[in-house]
Amino acid sequence: MTTTAVPAPARKSPLDGIRITFPNVVRSEWVRFRSLRSTWITMLLTVAIVIGFGALSCLGAVSHDRGAEVLRPDFDATLRSLVGTFFAQLAFGVLGVLVVTGEYSTGMIRATFTAVPRRLTVFLARLTVFALASFVVLVPTAVVTFLIGQSILARDGVDTTLGAPHVLRAVIGSALYLVAIGLLGMALGWLIRHTAGAIFALVGVLFVVPLIIVFMPRPWPDRLEKWLPGGAGQAILHTVRDHDSLAPWTGYGALMLYVAVVLLVAAVLLRARDV
Amino acid sequence: MAGESDVVIEMTGLTKRYGDKTAVDDLTVTVRPGVVTGFLGPNGAGKSTTMRLIVGLDRPTKGNVTVNGRRYDELAAPLHEVGALLEARSVHSGRSARNHLLALATSHGLGPSRVDELLELVGLTEVARKRVGAFSLGMGQRLGIAAALLGDPAVLLFDEPANGLDPEGIRWIRQLLRRLAADGRTVFVSSHVMSEMALIADHLVVIGRGRLIADLPVDEFVRRGTRHQVRVRSPRLTELVSLLSGPDVSVRSLADGAIEVDGMTSDAIGELAASHGLPLHELSPVGVSLEDAFMELTGGAVEYHAEVPE
Repeated sequence: MTTTAVPAPARKSPLDGIRITFPNVVRSEWVRFRSLRSTWITMLLTVAIVIGFGALSCLGAVSHDRGAEVLRPDFDATLRSLVGTFFAQLAFGVLGVLVVTGEYSTGMIRATFTAVPRRLTVFLARLTVFALASFVVLVPTAVVTFLIGQSILARDGVDTTLGAPHVLRAVIGSALYLVAIGLLGMALGWLIRHTAGAIFALVGVLFVVPLIIVFMPRPWPDRLEKWLPGGAGQAILHTVRDHDSLAPWTGYGALMLYVAVVLLVAAVLLRARDV
Repeated sequence: MAGESDVVIEMTGLTKRYGDKTAVDDLTVTVRPGVVTGFLGPNGAGKSTTMRLIVGLDRPTKGNVTVNGRRYDELAAPLHEVGALLEARSVHSGRSARNHLLALATSHGLGPSRVDELLELVGLTEVARKRVGAFSLGMGQRLGIAAALLGDPAVLLFDEPANGLDPEGIRWIRQLLRRLAADGRTVFVSSHVMSEMALIADHLVVIGRGRLIADLPVDEFVRRGTRHQVRVRSPRLTELVSLLSGPDVSVRSLADGAIEVDGMTSDAIGELAASHGLPLHELSPVGVSLEDAFMELTGGAVEYHAEVPE
């Protein structure tokens, strides 16, 4: 034991010069994203639901009495093959939640922000990785679903092709819609910081609020439903437009606006709060 | 970097309140480079909160803290300047040890080879691909230390590193801390166990209820805390007692007929007795342990007292 503090000579380290950069943090976020089993399970579940329910619903359409549904002028063959998107949104929103709250519940968040104390850098890098990885998985998923669905609908000759008007937009739209819901889950995760609480909020926004609105007196259900995050965002999946639904990009824009607002509030609080 | 300045961590009036509870109260402390500074205080004294404030996890209510002259979140490469082992578990249980370290390393542009080096260093190579959730407390602590050392930092913050470890693990940590200090690194290590500190620290910062109680070299702490007491037995006690006088000397008689002299060394008493031809049957210094010194210093600052039956 020494009593006098002898100043240390300047330490030379082979690691002098390393630093945090945004691309480095994106790499770090990618390692996190790919190294959890829950990521892959939830992704796989989403893909299975989108494809499975799409195929099932197309089988349902052709097995019904001829002339009923499929021959109506507003039959939307594209939408029909993509309906699995609506069932998969919960799974995918939960993935968005878990990517954030998994770190809070385990304590990992402390290691995260000790390594990279600029919290918004982490916030943006995680958002980037999640959006890109999701899009890369979900676009092929939507195309496959569409092709399977159309091959089933072809039995009744009511199928369509990717080249038909609005079809490509709707197919890509399936991926875009799910990415938006995933980002909403992330935003709620940052905001609420508890897995159960954030999932509860997500279910509330996507499923409970629309139910409440359905039971409101007329004409409020029709007026409000299309402006809810789910109802608005789903407009992008339609190739045949309901008279009272929003235009595809208007609807998707509204959903993204809601998501952006929640993300913004989450980012502001993330900076201000203790970890 | 270390060496350029004589202050590594600087806290100025650092204060943190949670609601109406003050966890850290107006702490002004400087941690100097190249030595081991022990951060000592009873449980609940605010040590962990101080650590969290240093690395920017919590924002101070008042005052500020800098590392190498900058706020922690302004450091270009935090992992290279400060390695932190926090008290609370900070690992995702679903990830493997290797991927956990890789996730942290890549944020600073470090790759798998650096991760493997550290797994080797802390002895986790065998279990590198196992999920951290299945790790024992000791393995978890080793992983935390690997994470702290990833960026080869000049400053190390260890919050209760020995917590929950078996004796072998405690010895390992102690040797590691000594080695890190011998490399010229600055080590700031908290503990609520005084004897632990005496073995590794050069300097001590003692807090209680969030306030600074002492900031001094270990030797001085020991000297200041240790009173000289000597137990004496003699057939001619009354004569001896009359000789023992001085401004700081007090004598207390014990139940077994011996006396306890406070404020004189055993050497002095022995020589005094000899020069007057007084026989002594016992002359034994009664040591005051570091624990006693620590207890005395922080006695009023413990948040929750347990009643100790006499």
